[in-house]
Amino acid sequence: MAIQTLEIEDAKTGEVTEAVYEHPFIVRLCHWINAVALFVLVGSGLQIFRAFPSFGAKIPQKDLLHWPKAFAIGGWLGGALQWHLTFMWIYIASGVLYLGYQIFSGNYKQVLFVRRDVEGVWPMVRHYFFFGPKPRIKEAYNALQKHAYTSAIGLGVLSVLSGFAIWKPVQFSWLAWLMGGFHWARLWHFLIMWAMLAFLFGHLVMVVLHGWNNFVSMLTGWKKDPEYIAE
Amino acid sequence: MSSRIDSRKFKNITRRELLKLTPVIALGAFAIPRLREPLLKAGLGFSDWASAKMFRSGHLAPTFEDSELTPFDKFPINGYDVEDPGVNFAKWQLTVSGAVQKPGDYTLAQIQALPRVAQNTRHVCVEGWDVIGSFAGARLSDFLTMIGADTTARFITTECADDYYESLDMATALHPQTILCYEMYGQPLTREHGAPLRLSIPTKVGYKQAKYLTNLNVTNVLEKVGYWEDQGYSEFYGL
Repeated sequence: MAIQTLEIEDAKTGEVTEAVYEHPFIVRLCHWINAVALFVLVGSGLQIFRAFPSFGAKIPQKDLLHWPKAFAIGGWLGGALQWHLTFMWIYIASGVLYLGYQIFSGNYKQVLFVRRDVEGVWPMVRHYFFFGPKPRIKEAYNALQKHAYTSAIGLGVLSVLSGFAIWKPVQFSWLAWLMGGFHWARLWHFLIMWAMLAFLFGHLVMVVLHGWNNFVSMLTGWKKDPEYIAE
Repeated sequence: MSSRIDSRKFKNITRRELLKLTPVIALGAFAIPRLREPLLKAGLGFSDWASAKMFRSGHLAPTFEDSELTPFDKFPINGYDVEDPGVNFAKWQLTVSGAVQKPGDYTLAQIQALPRVAQNTRHVCVEGWDVIGSFAGARLSDFLTMIGADTTARFITTECADDYYESLDMATALHPQTILCYEMYGQPLTREHGAPLRLSIPTKVGYKQAKYLTNLNVTNVLEKVGYWEDQGYSEFYGL
């Protein structure tokens, strides 16, 4: 897919900078809807968890952890369920729109980690963790980024599937069965949340490290001064 | 390949692209206290509507072997069931009213005369815990036939000796695994589990399965939904 680029001439100084159209509208829209939805779903999910903070038997009940109410949404179980059951539809809708757009526009190639990205993994790991030279890439995302984004999207899909296994263990009994039954599906749903939070932590660290131009590109679509050479 | 534009023009382009994201701000409506309640109510309503659509009357809940049962003494009892609702078992009758041909009082013996159904099914609490229990009783659908209920009506409502109350959509009421339960683990219901009669509905979450039944009504209109539902829980909550 041809990447859209522009050369921007500063009106005063005449200096020329390059800009790349990195994030199509639907991707940006879904990104921010998803950011809000995920915030609400994690917050209300933790409040729901507070009602039975265990993955064992009810009798005797051994609590796993007592999550503080201040870091939860909904105030009580019923309130949290209202938030959760409302925002899950927003989350699913934005997910379906995102996936549909990526697949039909071909834009998925920007983020999908495929076999030929494997060779790019080690140089990036060396660069990030052992101060190795910065590998030159010709596309928006390096191999590790693609791996992270592909995994995050996979976790998003799994969060919905495990959620349905808990919410509808009878109507979707096959889904609950795939997860090892209702009881295990609940644990999977919980673990998937933590995996997503781990991704989010890394994601936010990288956003801070990569600065303003990079952040703005998720708002306007356009990235000034891209580090890679766009074709 | 790329064309050259003036930085002011570029600013216009990026501003326009940014403004396209304004629909996201609509989610901020949830942060406004006055709008929050109706929005969440609508969200829960949509969820319940979708739940009713997902319900398949011919689809059975998984059943389990006796070896998979949660031991009877590990089957939880809610805190508020600790208090005895003081049911007089000798005089107990189920009072039937509403859209039925034969309203009136029905004895436990009349209900027990209907075909007995025994099933080991999963009981899921809204809190998140689950147990596998052994339940036996009469199909609610058989009882509805006996009382000549109008099964085109939308709801069954129940009143309980402990002031609990519930409602059930007709599709679930007619489901073959929905039972008027008078036995658990092969024994008559104990006081804590809702003696002498409770609902066992493997396609519903726990709070829909009312204990200590005293009244059953067939109706098209719900004046109140249920003890927990009227405090904000989901009305349908089908599993």
